[in-house]
This record gives sequence, structure tokens and C-alpha cells, in this order.
Amino acid sequence: MEILYLLVPLSVVLAFVIGASFWLAVEGGQFDDLDGPAISIIADEDRPQ
Amino acid sequence: MDTAHGCAHCGLATPAGHAYCCTGCESVAAAIGGLGLGEYYRLREAAAAPAQAPGAVPAWVDDRELASRVVKVAPDGSLEVELLLEGLHCAACAWLVEHAVAKVEGVSAVTVNYGLRRARIRGPAFSLRALHAVIRAVGYESWPYDESRIATVESSERRALMRRLWVAGLGMMQVMMYAFPAYVADAGEMPADIESLMRWAGLLLTVPVVAYSGSPFLAGARRELRARRPGMDLPVALGILVAFAASAWATITGQGPVYFDSVTMFVFLLLGGRYLELLARAKASRSLQHLARARAKDPGIAVGDRVTVRNGASVAADGILEGTQDATVSEAWLTGESRPVVKRPGDSILCGSINSGPAFTFTAQRVGSETSLAAIERMMQRALDERPPWVAAAQRAAGAFVACILVAVAAAVVLQWNDDPQRAIWIAVSVLVVTCPCALALATPTALTAASGAMAQRNFIVTRAGAIERLAGVTDIVFDKTGTLTEGRPRLARSDVLGGTRQQAFGLAAALAKLSSHPIDAALATAFRGEAAPEAAMHRNFAGLGVEAMVQGRRVRMGRAEWVGLLQSPPAPRPAAVEATTTWLGDANGWIAVFFFEDGARAEAAGAVRELQARGLKVHLLSGDQAGVVARFAAALGIGHSEGAATPERKLAFVRELQSNGARVAMVGDGINDAPVMAQADVAVAMGGGADLAQLNADAILLSDSPADLAAAAGIARKARRIQRQNLSWALAYNAIVIPLAFAGLVTPLVAGIAMSASSLAVVGNSMRLRS
Repeated sequence: MEILYLLVPLSVVLAFVIGASFWLAVEGGQFDDLDGPAISIIADEDRPQ
Repeated sequence: MDTAHGCAHCGLATPAGHAYCCTGCESVAAAIGGLGLGEYYRLREAAAAPAQAPGAVPAWVDDRELASRVVKVAPDGSLEVELLLEGLHCAACAWLVEHAVAKVEGVSAVTVNYGLRRARIRGPAFSLRALHAVIRAVGYESWPYDESRIATVESSERRALMRRLWVAGLGMMQVMMYAFPAYVADAGEMPADIESLMRWAGLLLTVPVVAYSGSPFLAGARRELRARRPGMDLPVALGILVAFAASAWATITGQGPVYFDSVTMFVFLLLGGRYLELLARAKASRSLQHLARARAKDPGIAVGDRVTVRNGASVAADGILEGTQDATVSEAWLTGESRPVVKRPGDSILCGSINSGPAFTFTAQRVGSETSLAAIERMMQRALDERPPWVAAAQRAAGAFVACILVAVAAAVVLQWNDDPQRAIWIAVSVLVVTCPCALALATPTALTAASGAMAQRNFIVTRAGAIERLAGVTDIVFDKTGTLTEGRPRLARSDVLGGTRQQAFGLAAALAKLSSHPIDAALATAFRGEAAPEAAMHRNFAGLGVEAMVQGRRVRMGRAEWVGLLQSPPAPRPAAVEATTTWLGDANGWIAVFFFEDGARAEAAGAVRELQARGLKVHLLSGDQAGVVARFAAALGIGHSEGAATPERKLAFVRELQSNGARVAMVGDGINDAPVMAQADVAVAMGGGADLAQLNADAILLSDSPADLAAAAGIARKARRIQRQNLSWALAYNAIVIPLAFAGLVTPLVAGIAMSASSLAVVGNSMRLRS
């Protein structure tokens, strides 16, 4: 059971790391448009950019 | 404004008790104050010192160019501006801003629309800077209302909410992991040190959830406390804080239960509900803004400018068509009719129209906020801003309700504390969380906003608050003119051949009609599609007159009688003109034919009349036209009661008569000629097509002139009334059932959180059903 003394704090640290990465993802605008990308991937890009 | 020394504007001596020496100075100073210019000059003197303090006043409050664009000056000199509010998250916030801004000097009226998050401020004189300052002082950020800004504010608000949601969700899942062993372990099975470790880990992860994710609720509660106006955030914030503090205390002392899992989940559910509400609100406001989007993106046009519009471009101002060529435009934004309309030189061109033909030039007459498009937007906005008095009463009641709940909770805690402190805390948290004034406060506004959005999609624009409710209660619909029910497109009714054979005449007419795009010629071309049309050469269109061409070596004209007659010298005598739309065909030798046109009933009119009747409405037709024509027309459409040759007095008397028999009357007319009748009716619906929209005085405008849309709007109004009643009874029933349960200690804080979010979402979701 002593391993819990390592694992529980580790899980707390991990939670903060995951939280920070989600934060960055939101800041990067990945969640700004939740409907558009689903449609834009279907839309044809007739003219290459 | 500095009023200490003489005239506030020019410094000359002033009459005692007056701030200005003359009305000229007064109005100029009012305009300057309204544009924020006084502040601008004062700021310039201080510009040498860098004023970059945190939370610095944004630059727009002093931007003259922007101010001149967003501040509208009414003919009586009063100012009106619309500000977009950020951070508004409940109807009570809207109320708070309303009251704060109303205290600003020079503001006479302010209305805040929660659905669109806009404040409309009117007054004799105010500065944007002062408005911004007072709005910030009560805790919100404001922007001048500018189409392009909306997306930015919306997305930054959504982003912040999304971040909070992530933090809360992650915290919730992880805290539940730590709480889980305590739930499944038997008493004494888990070593005390491990249990303590789990609790500390839970505490560590709950702190960011409460402090960061829960901060909107805490900040809202602080605002409500400071304004001494208990709202929806106060019970929620108290619930979170009490549960968190009790758990933290239990963790530190090692005694008593912990609620970390409940706290985090509660915050997550609330934020999730708020996120869904934000999405729904954004959707609702988008449908109201579909008109605004029709506005062309070029504001740099002044009255009197000659503007050329390319094919496919949109018109940026109201004006008059120039030159000699016809123009073809689509007025779909106004009428919902995508088929292009032919405009002749001298006809009016409306802002927001799309040029579907060759390029044309027009002279701008009304620009910016003066255009018909802007007028419609304003009227819609006004309807949304004006709140029926009982809605405001409902909001006050919600505040009183929260105050009562707080008192009751305090009493319950005091009574329970000696018996069982843990149970007292539990009950307090549950009651605080489970009471939901939101559902009560949201019940009516969401239903009305959704209904006016749904009606706007059917080209039915509500311009007065309360019109939706009144429309829902209407028993009789009176059509004030036949134009409501006719097609508005001419149809060939009769042709008189005056020279030559029928075949020759019709062939010629067909040949010439094909050369023109005018509606009358198009009707002829359709009617004579089967005729053998001779070859026509060298054709020319004369705007407003007709079409001319060489056919079989003869110069032939078709169009206005006077113009066709010029071919003949002297003009041949023609039959007496009848009261009807006619077009004449002739050549140098004399008249060939004359064609008569009439307006048929709209294809959908009969169906719309049936639909209205199926809803239990009695349909009447009153018209100034000849009695026989009106009766025939009414019979064809299945209208039960009709009267022809009706004078305005007769119409007014008729409506009064209906009303004295207990009927509620909706009058459908053009909104200008029949002002007394329209005013007498319970609901006045104006036909938008062709009329000067800015002058309309009606409860609602039917932009498409289509009776089918009217029937649809009547249906939506009734559905809105039903949904609004459902919302109110749901909110009342919810609170009546759940609050006693919570006081009895039968509701855990977690269940309370779910129930509270669900009750708000149920109200919002129910209202959104109107938008399908």
C-alpha cells in the first residue's frame, strides 16, 4: 500500500499537466468552432490554394 | 462637462440657471458630449503622461470617427447608442446594468437586451466614456455595437467558459477517483493515513475548480451583494463555498465527511448548463441578425453620392435609380422573394438589395442608419428591448424569492445546528443549490426571443413588445386591402385587336415582348408563347416608355399609348382609356392592339386563408375597391365576410363593432393610409412591400406581403403563448416540489446540482422548440 504515497501525488501532478495542455488547446483556438470543421472536411476544395 | 464658467460650450455669459448661452451651443455641446469629444480634448492634454495602467480605458471611448458612426442623433437632438455587453450571464445582470446606466447624467432611457447582450441608451447628452466607465464600475465590459465585433466577443467569452469547463471536468473526474475508495470500503477497512491522503489529494484538485472554474458564480454573488440585490448567483456561490469550507475543515481536522466530489461535479454541471445556454443564445441572436447581415459592408457613402453597383454586388444605401437603363435587383432580404425585380429609372433602390443584372448607377438618398434596412432592424430591436411590465415584475419576484430562500436557509441551519451540525450543512447546501430563480426569470424572455426569431424567418417582423401575446389572442383577421391577397404580378386579362388580324397582332406582340424584361412584357410573352412571332431587328428599350423594333420593314412600338402614338402623325384616335393597366401596340399606320392586365389572387392566398380559418380565426376583407370585384375575389378565396367600397370611417366602425362583440382584431393593411383603423385594432400588421418602412406605425411588419407568412406567424404566436405558460408552470412546480424536499434533507447536494441545471435547461430547451 506504500506505493499509494507515490501514485496519488503523481496523479495530482498528472491532472495539472493534462489541465495545462487542455488550456493551451483552448487558447490555440481548437475549440472555437465545434460545428464548422465537421462540415468543412466534407466540403470539396475545387481550387487548390 | 464644465459648467462652472459661463456657457459650457463657448464661455459666453449665460442666463441664470442655464448651462448654455443659446440653444445652438446647447445642441452642439450635446453632440460633442455624446461623441466623447470633450473627454477627448481633456485627454489630449494629459497624453504626455503614459496612461497604461492595468485595465486601462479602451481607445474606442474617445474614437470620434467610431462615435460618429455608432451614435445616432434623433431629429429632436437626443442621442441614441447601442453598446454590446460582455460578461452578462443572467437576466438580473441586464437589470443591474440598466439601473446603473440610468443614473448616468444625460441618459434618459436605457434598455438592456439579455438575449442579444446589447444595451440601447438614449438621452439628451452623454459620453461613451462615461457609459463605459459606469458599466465597468458595476463589473461588465462594454463595446460599441459593431457588427464585426460580435464574433470576437462571443468567441472570447466562449473560450473562457470552455477553459473553465475543462478544468472543472478534469477536477471532477479525478476527485471522484479519490472519493471512490471511501464509498466502497467498509468501516475500518481503509487505513486512516491512506484515507487522509485521498482527502488531501481531493482538496488539492478542488481548489482550482472552486477558485477558477467557479469564479463566475463567486464574482456574480459579490456583485449582487454589493448592489444589495440578491440574484441567482448568490445561493449557488454560498452553496459551493459552504460545502467546500466544511470539507476543507474536515480534511484538516480529520473529522467529518467531505463533499469534494459533490462540489466539483456541481460546478461542472452548472458550467455545462451555462455553456449550452450560451450556444442556444448565440443561435437565437444569429437568426435575428440575419437582416443585419444583408447590410452592405461599405459605410463610406454620403447622401447625394452617385454609386455604381456591379453585378452581384449589394446596394449600400437607399436611393433612386439613375440613367436610362432598367436595372434588375433581388430584394430577397425584404420580401423573401428571390426572383429579381425590374426597376425603371427614377424607381427607388433599397439598401441590402443584390444587383442581379448589369451594373447600374443610383443616387444615394438615405445612408447608414437612415435606410429602410436599418429602420427594420431598429424596430425589431425595439420590440425586443421593450419589456412588458409583467416580465419586469417576474424578475423582481425572482429577486424577492432568493431573499426569502436565504432567510429560510439561515433559520433552518440555526434550528438544526444543535442537533446535528453535519446535517445542517447538508441541508443548507442542498437548498441553496436546488432553488432556481433562473427558470422563473428565463421562462418568458426566452420564449419571446425565440418566437420573434422564428417569425423573422417567416418575414414577419415584430416591432412592439407585447405584439406576440396579443397576436396569440386574436379572433378575427381583417384584410384592409386586396393587395394583401393578390399576386402583385400582372396577368393578361383581355386583348382588343384594333388593326389587322388577331394572328398578326399577337405575333407582333410576342416578338416585341420577348425583347423586354418588364413584368408586363413578360406577362405578354407568357400569354403569347404559342404565337408565330416574326423576326424583330434593331430593337431598343426605352425606359419607362416601352420597346421599339423593326419588324418586316415596319417600325413598331409597344408600350405607353402617348409614346406609341408619336409614330403616327398626327396620332390616330384611340379608344377611351379604361381604368386598368394597359399596354398599346402600334406603328406608323395606326393602332394594332391594346392589352389589358389584371392582378390575380396569389397562389398561396386561398391556402393561407384556409389555414387561418382552421386555427379558428374569422377572416374578413374590407376594401375600397368596387363591391362586385371584392365580393368575387373574396368568394374565390373562401373569405366568409367581405365588404367593398369601404371608406376609412366604415372600416373603423366595422373594427369597433367586432371589438364590442368581444372579438380581438388583427388588421392587415399598408400601415400608412389607414392609421385610425390600425390604431383601433388590437394588432396592426403592416405590409412592408413598397411602403416607407421608417414611417410605418404598426405592431408588426409583414415583409413578404405573403398571407402564408401571416398564417405561419399567427401559429408561432399561439405556440409561443403555450410554451411560455408551460415554462412558468414548470418553474413554479419545480420549486414548489424540490424546495420542501431539500429542507427535509431528502436531496443530496449532488442531486440538487443536477436538478437545478436541468430545470434551467428545460426552460431554455422548451423555448428553443419555437425555432424549428
